[in-house]
Parts: sequence; C-alpha cells; structure tokens
Amino acid sequence: MKLLTHNMLTSHVKGVMKGYPLLIKATEVKVNEVEFNPQFVSRMIPKLEWTAFVQAADGLGQLNDLPNELVPDYEKNEEFLRKVHRVLLEVEVLEGCLQCPESGREFPISRGVPNMLLNEDET
Amino acid sequence: MPSASHFRCAFRIILCHFSNFLSVAYFVMVNMKLKELECCLQQVDAFEEPKLLLEQYPTSPHIAACMLYTIHNTFDDIENRLVADLGCGCGVLSIGAATLGAGLCVGFDIDEDALATFKMNTEEFELTNIDMVQCNVGNLEPAVYAKKFDTVIMNPPFGTKHNKGMDMQFLKTALHMARTAVYSLHKTSTRQHIQKKASDWKVKMEVVAELRYDLPASYKFHKKKSVDIEVDFIRFSTS
Repeated sequence: MKLLTHNMLTSHVKGVMKGYPLLIKATEVKVNEVEFNPQFVSRMIPKLEWTAFVQAADGLGQLNDLPNELVPDYEKNEEFLRKVHRVLLEVEVLEGCLQCPESGREFPISRGVPNMLLNEDET
Repeated sequence: MPSASHFRCAFRIILCHFSNFLSVAYFVMVNMKLKELECCLQQVDAFEEPKLLLEQYPTSPHIAACMLYTIHNTFDDIENRLVADLGCGCGVLSIGAATLGAGLCVGFDIDEDALATFKMNTEEFELTNIDMVQCNVGNLEPAVYAKKFDTVIMNPPFGTKHNKGMDMQFLKTALHMARTAVYSLHKTSTRQHIQKKASDWKVKMEVVAELRYDLPASYKFHKKKSVDIEVDFIRFSTS
C-alpha cells in the first residue's frame, strides 16, 4: 500500500462519522525505486490531504524533511518534488493494519493490500 | 495458469472525430502499437479458478488493448493520470494502464485470490506504478473516494449471476470516484437504460465502440460452448 493510496482510504463502518485519516500500524515497510515523474507528483499535491500525508509519513519514520505545510511554487522545485515522490510512491506498507480513528476498528494489510471489506453488521 | 478459453471479437471503432484520410493513418499507427500492447497483455495470467457468483472472467488481451489504446490515444486519460480499475480481477486493465504510463493505477476487487494473481502479474511485469485495495465495489458509500481519481476504467460484472443491477452499482460508484471520465463495458442490450441513467445523473455518455465477444464456457453448466454477446465500450464524462 503506497501512501498516495492510503491518503484516499477511509473507514465507512456504519455509524462512523469521521473515519479519516486511518492510522497506519505497520510491521513491514519497503522502499522501492519508482520512476520519478515530476508532472504527476506536481498534479497530485493539491489533491492530497497534506496533513494526513505528512502524519502518515511521520508515523512510518519516513518524514525526513517534508514540511508540514506546502512550500509556495512547489511545481518548479525539483528537490521538493523528489522528496514528495519518495514518500508518496516509493514507500510501501507490506504488513500491518489501518486503524479507524473513531471506532478503533482495524483493517488488515497483507502483502501490500489493505482489506477494507466490512462485516455484515458494519454496513 | 492462463485461461484455456479463446476469445473472438470484432472491434468496430466509431471514429466520429476524424476525416477518412486521418482515420486511416491513425488506424495504421494505432494498430501497430496496438498489436504490441495486445501481445504484452497476453502475458497476463488469468483467474486460476474463476468464481461463478462473482462473475469472474478475464478481459481478453485484445479487448483490453483496444480499450486502453483508445483511452490513451484519443482521450489522453491514462498517461500521468491517477487511474482506478474497479473489479480489477487479475489486473489486465491495470497492467495495460500502467504500461501506457499511468502515474499510478489502483485496482479494486473483492476477491483476495484474484488480487494475489494480480500481484504476481505486477511482479512479473516489474511494474511499480500499481497499487491495490480489497473492498466491495458494489457496496461502497458514495462519499468514499469521491473525486479522488482522474480516470476510472472497468469491465464490471454484468449482473447475470444473482447479482442483478451490479453493473449500474459499479457505474454509479465509478462516476463518484472520477474527476474526468469513466470508461466501461456494458451489454448493448442495456444501452437505453444506461442512457436514461446517465441523463438522470447529468453525465455525458458516448458509445466509443461496439464489440462482441464470447463469454467463456468456463462455467460447467453452460449448455453451449460459449455465449456471444454484444457489448458497448462507453465513455462517461463527469467534467
């Protein structure tokens, strides 16, 4: 599970009002090499929940020096884009779980795939 | 293990946008690289044991290649885009999208066996711009993933296996998720029904092409060897 994907995931268990962001409890993390595509990263940045993204990176010990707030003119800042690229697309959570901040319900991550399936009583 | 079924299909592209000359040149160019993409997608492993109730069957490499190439060349909705593949199964559409330069393609499926095959395929192809989520697309709240993806591509279940209406559920979810466009396959026999829904939902709908393909006789109770059905390749635009 990449952090770009994590940034979109929410818990929609019945009754939960704010199941976002999901807390990552990782037991295995990998960093891959993914081709750097500045155009794509630049386009994704405004679409991210930036605070949740930074929090997730921090929780995995992968924050390095990503700023808490977006730098102005980031589109032209290759160094910044590379840092974002690494955390957004290269860091991968292989094993662990995602925890709903409201209900505490845990969604397992196995072999890099988060299982967001709800039980019958949760829908 | 690749499926033993062989898919026959005729692909008639309705090129409304081009003059005759341009369409020939376009066709030649597209066809050369189309064959490469199709060849490449033939390496994608299909379901080991397709699950009847989930209406699982692989999208043929030919159909997948034609769909993806049109989405990429005619509409530019793959390269550098964030793409979702709903009901991704073993991932043939996602692998094609990733190969064509999607920024990231995320596959969604309910079945962990299919996702395991998808994962193996991703590793075989050495693709790093793919991710996957296990969830029930037929049962998602509209707010979840709303407008999170540029493009959604899919070959949804047609609702023929005690899951009536599943194709429209998938479509509804897809339309919530996409910022720009949804590309999907639906039975031609449902075209009018879909047109009405599209109008109700205020989305533009364009039948990009008509295909026909065999559904595999992989389900033991099939009386005939295969079932030939007419299918529309449709583009819905949300922007």
